[in-house]
Amino acid sequence: MRVLMKIKRFNPERDRAPYWAEYEVEVEPVDRVLDALEYVKWHLDGTLTFRRSCAHGICGSDAMLINGRNRLACKVLVKDLGSPITVEPLRGFPVVKDLVVDMEGFFAKYRAVKPYLINDELPPETERRQSPEERARFDDTTKCILCGACTTACPSFWANGAYIGPAAIVNAHRFIFDSRDRGAAERLAILNTRLGVWRCRTIFNCVEACPRGIDVTRAIAEVKRALLFSGT
Amino acid sequence: MTTVHRYDAVIVGAGGAGLRAALEVAQATPRVAVVSKLYPIRSHTGTAQGGIGAALGNMEEDHWEWHMFDTVKGSDYLADQDAVEIMCQEAITCVYELEHWGLPFDRTPEGKIAQRRFGGHTRNFGEAPVRRACHAADRTGHMILQTLYQQCIKHEVQFFNEFHVLDLLLEDNICRGIVALSLADGELHVFHAKAVLFATGGFGRMYKVTSNARSLTGDGVAIALRRGIPLEDMEFFQFHPTGIYKLGILISEAARGEGGILRNRQGERFMERYAPTLLDLAPRDIISRCMYMEIREGRGIEGKDYLHLDLTHLGREVIEKKLPDITDFARTYLGIDPVREPIPVQPTAHYAMGGIPTDVRGRVIRDEKNTPVLGFYAAGECACVSVHGANRLGTNSLVDILVFGKLAGRHMAEYIRGADFAPLPKEADGPAREECERLLTSNGAESVARLRETLQREMMDKAAVFRTQEGLETMLATLKELKDRYRRIRLQDKGKIFNTDLQEALELGYLLDLAEVTVVSALARRESRGAHYREDFPKRDDAQWLKHTLAYRINGEYELRYKPVVITRFQPVERKY
Repeated sequence: MRVLMKIKRFNPERDRAPYWAEYEVEVEPVDRVLDALEYVKWHLDGTLTFRRSCAHGICGSDAMLINGRNRLACKVLVKDLGSPITVEPLRGFPVVKDLVVDMEGFFAKYRAVKPYLINDELPPETERRQSPEERARFDDTTKCILCGACTTACPSFWANGAYIGPAAIVNAHRFIFDSRDRGAAERLAILNTRLGVWRCRTIFNCVEACPRGIDVTRAIAEVKRALLFSGT
Repeated sequence: MTTVHRYDAVIVGAGGAGLRAALEVAQATPRVAVVSKLYPIRSHTGTAQGGIGAALGNMEEDHWEWHMFDTVKGSDYLADQDAVEIMCQEAITCVYELEHWGLPFDRTPEGKIAQRRFGGHTRNFGEAPVRRACHAADRTGHMILQTLYQQCIKHEVQFFNEFHVLDLLLEDNICRGIVALSLADGELHVFHAKAVLFATGGFGRMYKVTSNARSLTGDGVAIALRRGIPLEDMEFFQFHPTGIYKLGILISEAARGEGGILRNRQGERFMERYAPTLLDLAPRDIISRCMYMEIREGRGIEGKDYLHLDLTHLGREVIEKKLPDITDFARTYLGIDPVREPIPVQPTAHYAMGGIPTDVRGRVIRDEKNTPVLGFYAAGECACVSVHGANRLGTNSLVDILVFGKLAGRHMAEYIRGADFAPLPKEADGPAREECERLLTSNGAESVARLRETLQREMMDKAAVFRTQEGLETMLATLKELKDRYRRIRLQDKGKIFNTDLQEALELGYLLDLAEVTVVSALARRESRGAHYREDFPKRDDAQWLKHTLAYRINGEYELRYKPVVITRFQPVERKY
C-alpha cells in the first residue's frame, strides 16, 4: 500500500525553522511506522534522522509523536494508521535534528530519584528472600524502558519543563515499593516538592502514552499516598 | 578539533558485559569511562528474554558440573572446558550479586529466585530437562541491563553516550586507547587509556532475518581485525529456532521451557523424530536444522518456509503471566493471540559464537600460543573465550557477559595499577578522520542501503544454517564485488550533526569485513559441528577439526591458523538428545 508520510524536519546546520516534508512510501500493511521511516531514509532521503535500535519495543530509542500521539515507531503498524501519517519529535525536549531530541535533561531527572537499590545491610550468601506478593507489588513499574513517551505527553511537563515528570516518578516507585529497599524516605523527600510529585494533575496522558502498558498515573498516586501517610 | 580525554580504563559498549566490567573497574579507580553509540539501557542485552542459567538448585537438585557438561555438549565439544568450568561456577555468584543489587527476579513460594527449563539444560548429564534459568518474566535481559546501569549511576561511572567507536590505538602490542565520533556534533575524540575493553556486541545484521537490533554491526570486532587481531571461530553463527516469521523478532526459548511445542503443517510434533529425549528443548543448532528439513520436505505451514510454535495448551494464565512480552509481540506484530492460535516462526540469525579471542581474564590474545595484547580486553558477544564453542546454549550469553565482564574488569583494575599511560601514536585520530572523510566525499552512484540489502539476502541464502562449498565460494565472490562497490558509495547527508547516514556507511563497512571472515572460515572447515553445517561434509570430524580457527587479515588477504581446544573433564562423544 502507498502511504503519505508527513515528517517534521529540522537540521540546525541548514534550516532556520522546522518544516514539514512529505514522502510517498510503498509499504506492506503489516509494516511498522519505523519501516516507513527507514524506507524514506534508505530510498528517498538519506538525510532523514531518527534513533532506532531493537525495532520491537524494548530498547526505547524511537519514541516520537505519531499522528498526534506519543508512540514507539516500531510498535505501531502502518495499517492501523492509514494515510497520511504525521511524525514529529517528542514535545518539550530540545530538537537535535529531525526526530532526534536531546534526552540529557530527562536522564538527569531519572538519576535524581536515586534509581538504585538502597540497602546497606550485609546481604546473605544467597539471595535475599522476597515473597511473590512482595515482588508483585512493584512489578508494573519495573517494565519502564525510559523512552520518554510519558513525560513528553504530560501537560504539567509542557507547562513547566522543570517538573520531574512521570518517568522519574515511575522509577522512584519501582524502588519505594520494593521490600528489599531502605531508601524510600530519601526518595520521597526528593519527590515531595513543588516540582515533584504534586505537580501531577492526574490527567492520564502518561498512561495512554506508555508503550509498555504501565499504569503510570496509578504509580504516581501510590507515591502521593505514601507521602501523605509517611508524615514527611 | 579533536578532543583528547585521559582515563585509566575505557570501556566500549554499554550492554551487560561493558557495564559489569565498568562496575568492577570502578571499585579500583574512579577514572573509568563507558563509551557507547547508544544511550544507556538501549543496548541489546535488554532484549534477552527467558533467563540466565545458574545451578542454584532452587526448584530441584542441580550442580554447576551438570551445567558445565550441558554447555560443553551443547558446544559440540568445541568450547574450552577450563573456561566453561569457571563460567558455570561463577554464574551462581553473579546471579546472587545481581539479586543483591536489586534485580527483581521472579520468586518461588519460599521467596527464592524462580527458575525454569531451557534448551539443552539437563539434570545428571543429559537425563532430562532441569529448571536452571533464573528469570524475571520474559524480560530478564531488560532487568539485568537496568540493574547494572542503576549500579553504574550509584557508583558515578562516567558515560559518553552516542559516541561511535572508530579506531583502536594499538602499537607494539600495547593498547593506548580508542578514537570515537561524537554523533551529536560530528567531532572526533581520542580516549587515551591504560586499558581498553571492547564489549561491542554481535553482528547479526549481516543476515536478512535476524533477532538482532539495528545497532549490531560488529563495530569492535571489525576494528580489532583491521588492527591485526585474529578472529576466532567466526564460522559459527547461531540461528535461533523461533523468530517471528519474516520479522525475525525473537520468541524466547522460555516459551518451549514452559511447555510450548513446535509443529509442522500436519500438526505433528516433529522434534519427536529428531530428539526423542529433549524434544522441543534440544539445543538451538539442532532444532533450527530440523525446522529447515521439515520445510524442505514440504511440511512447512502451507508449504511455506515457516512452522508453528504452539502455546495454546498452556492456558491464558501461564502465557500472560510468564510470557507477557512475547504475547504482546505476537499480538502487536502478527495480530495473533497465542492463547488461541499458534505463532508462525522461522529460524532467525541470533548469536555469534566467534569473535575477538580472549583468555579467561578477558585479555585479548593475538596468536595460537595465547599471547596477550597488553591493555586490550574484550567480553560478551564480541569476544570468544570460548565458552560457547560451535553452539551456545540458551541463557548462557547472559552468564557469559556477567562472568567474563566481571573477570575482565577485575584484571583491568589489576593491570591499571601497575601500568603507565603508553604514549599515543602520532596523529592518533588520523586514520579515523581519513575514513570518515573518504565516506563523506565518495562520489559514486552506489547506495549503502542497497548494498546492505544484497549482503543480508545473500548471506541468508549461502552462509546461514546450511552451507556448501559452491554456495560459500559464490558468496565470497559476491563479497568481493560488494566491497568494490562500497568504495563507490555516495552519502546524501554530508553534515556534522547526528549524521546517521555516515554511521550506517561505517557500519556496513564492518559488516562486509565480518561476513568475509565468516565465509572464509566456513569454507575452510570441511566438517559439520554445532551451528556450522556443511551439506558436503555432514559429519563431525574430530581427528581433523577439533580445533579453533584463528583468522588473520594481512594486507587484505586472509590467513587461517588453528589452536587446540582445551579438554579437561569431558571427552568428545557423539551428540544425541
